[in-house]
Order: sequence, then structure tokens, then C-alpha cells
Amino acid sequence: MSALGEVVRSGVGRRRVQAVVIGLSTLMAVTASVLGATLLDVSNAPFDKAFAEQRGSHLTVRFSADKTTTGQLTANVPGVTATSGPFPTVSATPHAQRGQRKPMTLVGRADPGGPVDAVTLSEGRWAGPGELVLSADTPMPERLMGSRIAFPDLPGGPTLTVVGVARSVSRTADGWVSPATITAPAGYQVLYRLASADTADQVDAAGAAVAATVPEGGVDGARSWLAVKREAVRETAVFVPFLVAFGLLGVVMSVLVVGNVVAGAVGSGTRRIGILKALGFTPSQVVRAYVAQALIPAAVGTALGVVAGNLLAIPMLAETEQVYGTATLSVAVRVVAAVAAGALGVVAVTAWASAARAGRLRTVDAIAVGRAAPTGRGRWATRLTARLPLPRPVGLGLARPFARPARAAALLVAVAFGTTAVTLAIGLVSSLAVVQDARQTDLSDVVIGSFSGGLRNAPMSPEGPRPQLTPATDRAAVTAAIDAQAGTKAFYSIARTPVAVAGVTASADVLGFGGDLGSSRYQLISGTWFRTPGEAVVPSPFLNATGTRVGDDVTLEDRGQAVTVRIVGEVFDTRNDGMRVLVDAATFPEAPATSYHIAVEPGTDVTTYLEGLNNALRPLGVVADPNQDGGVGDTLLLMGALIAFLTLMLVAVAGLGVFNAVVLDTRDRVRDLGVHKALGTTPRQVIAMVVASVVVTGLIGGAVGVPAGVVLHQAVLPAMGESAGTGLPAAAFGVYGPVELALLVLGGVAIAVLGALLPAGWAAGTRTATALRAE
Amino acid sequence: MTTPVIELRDVSRRYDGGPPALHEASLTVRPGEAVAILGPSGSGKSTLLNLIAGLDRPDAGTVTVDGVRVDGLGEAASAKYRRTRIGMVFQFFNLLDDLTVADNVALPALLAGTARAEARRRTAELLASLGVARHADAYPGRLSGGERQRVAVARALVNRPALLLADEPTGALDTTSGEDVSKLLAELNADGQTVVVVTHDLALARSCTNRTIRIVDGHVTEENR
Repeated sequence: MSALGEVVRSGVGRRRVQAVVIGLSTLMAVTASVLGATLLDVSNAPFDKAFAEQRGSHLTVRFSADKTTTGQLTANVPGVTATSGPFPTVSATPHAQRGQRKPMTLVGRADPGGPVDAVTLSEGRWAGPGELVLSADTPMPERLMGSRIAFPDLPGGPTLTVVGVARSVSRTADGWVSPATITAPAGYQVLYRLASADTADQVDAAGAAVAATVPEGGVDGARSWLAVKREAVRETAVFVPFLVAFGLLGVVMSVLVVGNVVAGAVGSGTRRIGILKALGFTPSQVVRAYVAQALIPAAVGTALGVVAGNLLAIPMLAETEQVYGTATLSVAVRVVAAVAAGALGVVAVTAWASAARAGRLRTVDAIAVGRAAPTGRGRWATRLTARLPLPRPVGLGLARPFARPARAAALLVAVAFGTTAVTLAIGLVSSLAVVQDARQTDLSDVVIGSFSGGLRNAPMSPEGPRPQLTPATDRAAVTAAIDAQAGTKAFYSIARTPVAVAGVTASADVLGFGGDLGSSRYQLISGTWFRTPGEAVVPSPFLNATGTRVGDDVTLEDRGQAVTVRIVGEVFDTRNDGMRVLVDAATFPEAPATSYHIAVEPGTDVTTYLEGLNNALRPLGVVADPNQDGGVGDTLLLMGALIAFLTLMLVAVAGLGVFNAVVLDTRDRVRDLGVHKALGTTPRQVIAMVVASVVVTGLIGGAVGVPAGVVLHQAVLPAMGESAGTGLPAAAFGVYGPVELALLVLGGVAIAVLGALLPAGWAAGTRTATALRAE
Repeated sequence: MTTPVIELRDVSRRYDGGPPALHEASLTVRPGEAVAILGPSGSGKSTLLNLIAGLDRPDAGTVTVDGVRVDGLGEAASAKYRRTRIGMVFQFFNLLDDLTVADNVALPALLAGTARAEARRRTAELLASLGVARHADAYPGRLSGGERQRVAVARALVNRPALLLADEPTGALDTTSGEDVSKLLAELNADGQTVVVVTHDLALARSCTNRTIRIVDGHVTEENR
């Protein structure tokens, strides 16, 4: 082995703690970076990626079963590069025990594959006769696995068993069955891949060409992939800024910590460098030796980090797939390569810069570094803490950062980043909870006429659909029944009317509110709630789509009648894509109430109340149901888990930064610590002294990191809202109280103490006689 | 007969399977004695000192100092033992460079729970009696070797230990300073302080102690004067 090789081998072998610290830091940094960079990667155009992977349908056309033949549907169409189908399709409504279900689009497909819309089966298996595969876009489809759903409006009223859950990025069906299950198709679905589909005009032209191949009226409907994309992107875009923030934080923090670790490790070897030079090593050889000494453990850490990052990314990506609604996400090879190259590059550059500095030192100076008298920095702090009524080891520890300000600064940076991550994470979780809460606009206990069913909440039953409010329903009788029912506290009505917005090609739902709005809970973003007829509050997307602002007038056209309202407030409401206008019911007096929302007196049993009210309503042909608005969304839970995991990673990296700084410091002070122990300092007092040495820095790191986290939160949150096309309620921003902020600052101390505990234990356990002999 | 300050019985210590650093060594030191432990490098002198100071544990045998069985003490207990029963003086002083002279001397007293004012008073008294009071607020780096060792002795005595252990106390000093420290140790012994000096310097052993123990290859023998 060459002299250089021997120096490298012995350097790595003899300085095992530093080698382990470099390896461990690199491992954590690479793990966090693989996760962070993967999140950045998958957040980049996830719809386009999933669409390409599934060979998504650019144009989904439903042909009339009455006016076309399957032979006509396989004709060659110019500009079409691939087709799937024709698949028999039918719209069918599942039975619900309570409430009313939405009709489902069922498509008969023999298998999930094909040249277009290769559906991904995420659970179970594909449907055979008498079986059903649910779309993953159905709320909680996995809970329905194995259940039997009756479709009484299909010929023979079949009951299908749910055997799988699948995802179609093109959203071509609510459920898939075997073709034989659809004995009387209402139409046929054909899926097209187009040579050019970048613009609406191109897709429309292809649609026209497809329509031309069948008789007049043969096309029941067509859907462009651009419309599907708009819908999908709006759902997922809200998460991109959050993932970008965490991804970047992880990468930047990893770079800083690895840089600090390597610089510290090389810096602590300055005296050895001097000895090597005295023996005849050139500065260049010294630099190469030290770069190699850092790179060997870093390479091991990088390799392990890549493995760990991939292993951890698997469950995280599985969850992210749900967020993005994509089929399969994986860690990209280029991400791994970039992270590994980046990590080793950072190690090499940092080691080179530190070793080059040491290599340029005069040999005698380099040798003297290890024995030089202390610089005298921070003695004022030692004198100050001697006067404080503290145990002496604690006082000595508190003064320590002032003796090594550069090392304390590195520790401070690590703590500050960790605290920033925790602050951002807690802020985002709180804000997401506020947003989720704000989406629940109705706090009433009982509803009449509001569609609150869906597959999630309605248990399966052969019972048929329940009657709802119709134009003929006697509203006065309904309100009289509610008023007369014992236990009614208050109620309000909503009259829902579709309207056109004059001057723009946009339609909206008008919601006319009447009665006591005590149990409604819309959250205003700006302005005021409407106070008189003619005033309106609207969600942010409405303002964006119509180019209006609070204070503007807007004209709404209802069945030929124009009604002008003044927008007096902006409200948080994402339903109907935010295209809603909330007014006093008197603004549209002709519109009949379409739902009633009832709050019951405290202590009233809702089930008993419902029985009584439904008895009274039965002659009117309407049914009251318990309110099922709200609940914690899956997405919120998912984001909470993701945030917790990412935060844990970043805190671990921060803790490792602290660990490294304390290890270096205790190594430097090993002889001093030996003296302390020889004078009678107990192991516990040594631990107290070492831990105390990071408390002040942890506190300052927390004090720096918390405001940074708050600022980041205030930047990320509006970006999330903007991506989703909506403003957010003020409560979503004001999530940090003084107590929370104080606790978060103390979190900086906690990170510092946790990072220091292990080296403190080592310092306490060092044999005194050995420490006293150390140079 | 008075109770011994140090009593070693059949103490053996071996490191990493090598030859014994100490082999069935027995030693008794009574109050007021000044004992020199002489021997060449690697003979086992430091091992013996570490065992007495509770910095190391024997493989076999017992070590009792001032009535305390040192060989069975845990880390915390041996720290408390060191701070109350013994004072240590090292070849290279081992003063803490970031503390002033007075703070260095007061540190063991504060560790032992002495009130701050009392620790200061005792420190001032010791620094004055050892002739380094004018350096109380200076840092050790500014002192000469002899002055540093005087400060180290003051620190060792601050808790009024039953035993003063000195490991090559003049090894890092010039001749004049060495003689000065030797005289100081003799004076302390004359005042009743039990002193054990580990050294390879025969002249030092003769000048400040009245009894000599020689260690050769881990075996302890008494040398007649």
C-alpha cells in the first residue's frame, strides 16, 4: 500500500467516531434528500406522468346503443393513433338504505389493460360475471371490498360483489364490470389516443371526425382529456407548494449538515496534517488523503442512504399516489443518481476546502494547533456564569459556546433548520385542519332534501331511493312540520338555483338562504356576510372566473330573468368548483327551498327526533336524514402523516448536526473533561455540563428557526390556496398562538439536548486516566 | 496504632492480556507519612496511583483509602471519593485554561457542595499561603511552571483531603521551580498532610518524603533509607 493509502486507511480506521459521524450524517442526508427530491419529482406534472403511463384517453366518446352498431365504432379515424373499445356502458343507481345515491357509470371491460386507458388495479382483482370493480375515486372504496351492491334499475336487478379497486387517470368509469354483466347497454364507450391533443381545438376536431363516422345523433357525449386534467390538477395542485417546501428544506438542510460535519472532522485533524507535512507529505497529498478519508465513510453512508430512502419512499409514494390520483409512482433512477452525486460532491468539496486550508498552514503552525494555548474566547461568559446561582458544571457548560463560536454557529444552523421544519409542519397541519373544518359549512343536526348520501355513508340495502323535495312539495307544510316538531331549536332553508352569469361564459349555483342561519358556518375571507336582499357573498373561484371583486355588481340570469347583486363578501367554499353565489332567499323569491337544515335543542336524541319529524313529513313525500356533512377527510389524514414523517426526518438530520458538533467539542475537550473527573465531577455532572453547553445555542436556534418557519408557513399557505384557485379563511393563517410559539422555541432546545445526550454520555463514560493522557 | 490512610492488599492489575502492571502488590501508608513511589517508565507507578485515586480498578485485591474501599466504587461514588478524600497534583498541572486561577482552585470545593463564599475564602487563604495570591484573577496560561504547580497544589488541598497524591510533580519544571515545589510538599507534610509522590527522580524522593517504595515490573518493594 502506498504511503498515501496507508494514511487514508489509518485515518479512517483510527478515527472511527468521525468516520461513523460522516457516514451517519450522509446516510440521513441522502435518505432525506431521496425522499425530498422524489417528492419534488413526483409533484412535477403528476397528472401528465400518470396519463402517459396509463396511455390515457385523449377523447372518451359514448355512442348511443340505439343509433349505432359496434361495427361502426371501430372505423379508422384520421388523427387517431390508438383506440380501446367499444365497451358496453350503462348508468345505474345503487340501492341505499338511507338517503339517495348518485347514479354510477358502469363500463363492461374484460380486462383492465389495452392500448388506451390501461386501468391500474390497486386492490383485489378484475371483475368476472356478477362482480364489480370500483373506481378509486369513489370515496373510501376499500371499505366496500367484498360488499354486495344491488342495482335495481338494471335488467334483472343484479347484485354485484365488489372484488377490486382500480384507478383510471382518464376517469372513464365509476365502476367496471365484465361485459356480460351489461346485458342491455345504454351505449358504448370508445377511448381514443390522438396524434395531436394539446389544445381544445385539436381535441374538438378529432371529436368531430369521430362523430362523422356514425349516423346523426350517434354520439351521446364526449369528454376531452383536457377537462379531466383541469379537474385533476385542481384537486392536487394544493399539495405541490407544501411538498416543494419540505423537499427543498430537506435538501438544503442535508447539504448544510453534511458540510458542517465534514468541515469539523477535517478541521479537528489539523495537527495530524501538520505531522504528515513534517514527514514529507506535499500539501496536495494531504488534501487528497483527507478528501479520501471523508469520501470513504460518505460513500458507505450514501449507499445505505439510497437503500433507506428507497425503502421509506415506497409507503410514502403509495400514499402520495392517492394524493395525486396517479397510478404508480416510484423513485426515479435520475433522482437517486443526482442525490448520490450531490451528496458525495458536497462531501468532496467541503473536505477539499477544509483540507486545503489546513494544507496551506505552515507545518509548525499546524502541529502547534493541537497544543496551542486557548484563544481566550468566551472567558467573559465563564466569569459571568460563575456568578450565577447555578451548579458549577452547568455554569461551565452554558459558557462553552462562547469559547467555540464557529462550532456553536454550525450547531445553531442545524437547530434553526430543525425548528423551522417543525414550525412549518405544525403550522401546516393546523392550517389544513382549519381548512378542512371550514369546508364543513353546515353544523345542523338534521337535513331535508340535501343530497348527503354517496357510497361512503349509506349502508347497502335492497330498500329503494328515498323521496326528496320536488317542485310540487308544499314548503309551507314542511316548515310547519319542522316548527311543530318538539326539539327543534332553529332551522334554515336553501333554495338552490342554477344561473348564468351575464357577460362571461360561466354558470353558477345561487344559494338563497332563509331562516335562522345559526347552524351554518361559512367562513369569510374578506368583506361581510350579506345583510339585505340584493347583496351576495361568493367564493374566490367565482371572483376569479368572473373577473370581479368585492364591491362589484354582477348580473345573474335565471330562466330569462336578470337579477343584479352586489358582492359584499368573499367566502371560503370549494363546492361546485367555487361557482356559487350566496344570497338572502328574498333575492330570488321565486326559487323554492331545495333543502332544510335543522339544529335540535341540546340534549335532544336525534334518532328520536328524526322518527317524529319523518312521521310528520311522510304525508308530504319527503324524508329527513341526519346531517352527514363534514368529518375528517382522508386527504387531511394522509397529509398529516406525510408531514409528520418528513418532519421527523428533518429533525433527525438536525439532531445529527448537533450530535456532530458536540462529538467534536467533547473530543477537543477530552483532557479537560478528564481533569474535571479527576477533581471529583460525577458522570451525571459531566452530562449536565455537556448538555448545558448546547442549551443556549438550542434556544437561539429555536428563536431563529421559529420565525423562519412562520414566514415559510405564511408563504406556502397562500401558494397552496392559489394553486387550488381559492383564498383561505383568515383562521388558516392565524394558527400560531404565543404559547405554541414559545413551545416551538423550546423545541429548539429539545433538538439540541437530544443531539447532545449521546456524546454527553460518552464523555461521562470516558475513563479518567485515559482522558488525562489524551493530547 | 493509627488507621492507615492507604491500605493495598494483594492488588493485581493487567491490561489487555499483557504482563501484569501490578502483581499482588501490598502497601500501607499511615497518616502523616510522606511516601515516594519510585520506578522506571512502565514499571506500574501510574497504575498504582490510578488505583489509589479511584481512576482504575484492580483485577484482584483490595484498595482502601481513608477507610473507603475504593476498588468497589462506581463512577459517581469514586468521583465523590476523589473530591473529598484526596487531592491530586499532575506533572503537567492540568489546570483548566478557561478558568482563572481562583476559579480553578475553587472548583473542587464547589463540586463538593461548599458554599460559594466559603469556597472563595478557602481559595484566597490557600493562594496566599502558597504565595500565588497576586495571580488569583489571572488565567493559568500567564503563569510560570512553578506558579502553575503551586496553583495545582492549592486546588488539590482546597477540600482538606486526607491524602495528597502527586504524579511527577516536578517533571515539567526547571530545577529551581522543581526545588521550590519539592520544598512546598515537604512543608505540607511537616504540617501533617499525608503525601504520596510518584516519581522517577530520586533527588525529589529524598528531599520531600521520608519513605520510599520501589516498583519494578509490577512488584512493590520497600527501600530502606
